[in-house]
Amino acid sequence: MPAPSTLQAEGLSLGYGDRRVVTDLTLEIPRGKVTVIVGPNACGKSTFLRGLARLLPPSAGAVLLDGKSIHAAPSREVALKLGILPQGPIAPDGITVTDLVSRGRHPHQGMFRRWTADDDNAVAAALSATGTLELAARGVDELSGGQRQRVWIAMALAQRTGILLLDEPTTYLDVTHQVEVLDLLVDLNEAEGATVVMVLHELNLAARYADHLIVMKSGAVVTAGEPSAVLTESVVEEVFSMRCRVVPDPVSRTPMIVPIGRHRSGDAR
Amino acid sequence: MTASPVVAERRRETRRVRVVSLILLALVVALFALSLSYGSFQISLPDIVRSLLGQPTPPQVDYIVHTLRLPRAVVAVLVGLAFGLAGAIFQQLVRNPLASPDVIGVTAGASSAAVLAIAILSVSSLTASAMALGGALLTSALVYVLSWRQGVGGYRLVLVGIGVGAALASVTSFLLTRADVRTAQDSLIWLVGSLNGRTWDQVKPLSVAMLILVPAALILRRAVAGLQLGDDVAKGLGMNVERNRLALLVVGVCLAGVATAAAGPVAFVAFMSSPIAVRLIGTGRPTLLPAGLIGAVVVLAADFIGAHLVGGTPYPAGVITGVVGAPYLLWLLATANRTGRGG
Ligand SMILES: Nc1ncnc2c1ncn2[C@@H]1O[C@H](COP(=O)(O)OP(=O)(O)O)[C@@H](O)[C@H]1O
Ligand SMILES: [Mg+2]
Repeated sequence: MPAPSTLQAEGLSLGYGDRRVVTDLTLEIPRGKVTVIVGPNACGKSTFLRGLARLLPPSAGAVLLDGKSIHAAPSREVALKLGILPQGPIAPDGITVTDLVSRGRHPHQGMFRRWTADDDNAVAAALSATGTLELAARGVDELSGGQRQRVWIAMALAQRTGILLLDEPTTYLDVTHQVEVLDLLVDLNEAEGATVVMVLHELNLAARYADHLIVMKSGAVVTAGEPSAVLTESVVEEVFSMRCRVVPDPVSRTPMIVPIGRHRSGDAR
Repeated sequence: MTASPVVAERRRETRRVRVVSLILLALVVALFALSLSYGSFQISLPDIVRSLLGQPTPPQVDYIVHTLRLPRAVVAVLVGLAFGLAGAIFQQLVRNPLASPDVIGVTAGASSAAVLAIAILSVSSLTASAMALGGALLTSALVYVLSWRQGVGGYRLVLVGIGVGAALASVTSFLLTRADVRTAQDSLIWLVGSLNGRTWDQVKPLSVAMLILVPAALILRRAVAGLQLGDDVAKGLGMNVERNRLALLVVGVCLAGVATAAAGPVAFVAFMSSPIAVRLIGTGRPTLLPAGLIGAVVVLAADFIGAHLVGGTPYPAGVITGVVGAPYLLWLLATANRTGRGG
């Protein structure tokens, strides 16, 4: 696996048609770290991630991969440095786990470079890292939600890029599988020094697993940094319009959000 | 750690594709030989081989093989291959079994143009073929533009295509009312999809087109494998999605267009072939070549059955494929929404 490239956004604006979703965003993704993006629904997290991965052309500004515009670089070269797992991908009918994960090797093959033992090894390593090697011959349709999600992550891992972007890799998973997937991504980060950027829904897991937390609201970054510095009661209240207490997570000592509702919230109401 | 489960699974899938393809190829060869040999004048297999190799044969054999039966069988194989490949490309690209060129109006466009060429303008058969191809390209461009709304959604494409196809069918009917009775009758048979009376005149342009289109389709197989995963995943893997999709659509439309030009819109061959191939292969791999071979089997078999096995009067191949394909289309339409796979 190559050493992770640098990834930056510079004055990045993104949108669909006339509609601006992300405006004038400038930031740098810390290299070799786990970055987590949080924010309320429809604030533009997926749009931002797609922009970072050159799936959406910027309406202004640029995304820089190793200092050069990612949209100007040949797409296949980018695919050797940066992989993305979009939100809710759909597998072709009847595809097997091995076949799906094998397709992650696409950028490593050219018109004339055939499938090699290296490719077999990369696919097997990805399956084994995600604990899905024993599912190799199964159809993706027959898997449980958690297994399917891990197989998609394996496809992204088989691409063997220094940077991995994932859009809500834990959505629809029960809490056991959420923790499993997040641990797996931290393994990858620690073992290979990969840069991991992901969008997460669950604030407390985000605070626990992030080295670097980006908090978004209405297409802009409200604040970014170490979770313990960033996730304050006032930030959560401003961004999610929800009152809360922030206490240290008894397990990880990272910030833990305890929401305050209209009912059953004791004296905090 | 060992890669053996991966190696074993990939080998199993590759072997499956190869075995199925070889069996289909054998079927094509067998049906091809049968259609050269069987008829009101029976010719033995050794005589057919001798005649094909240019060796001395009993009287009449050369004439029957080379002039009557060979061009017809060759057109059947090429047309089936073209329809099968075209259907597989469309259906796997749009990820919708209904998105086949004979359902979404592409062959209807080729037919209108061909009827205009044959029945009204009375142009040469080569010009008629070119016009049919042009009709297919124009129609698909129209369907594409009408169904485009920030990308082409599966179901919108199918609905717009069915609408355009229906409109073109009435254009064809109108053209037929303007035509002279005899050419109108010829056109009607052609419109059902028939191999009757095919000569080397049809074989030549068709084989030239296929020499370009079949390799192009097979080279683009890799692109199908990427595009099947959805645009975002494919782009993330470094594919140029728009360029590959356009290339595939153009190749698919041309395949459907040249096949229609040569034999008429043989009903449902494009539509049925790929689903059958997918069933036989049983994995999610793109199945272009197997679908093409199934197309060839279907057209050869339908022509043979129509010509020899249903009573006294010979039926065009398109009647036979229509009888098989129509119930399948109805079944798909009835169940598509329920299974939610329409897109
Ligand atoms: N393909 C699209 N076309 C048009 N608008 C879109 C598209 N995708 C997202 N949007 C809009 O952009 C906004 C941000 O969406 P998204 O980035 O998916 O938010 P998030 O991932 O934070 O929930 C939403 O209002 C959404 O409706
Ligand atoms: Mg999202």
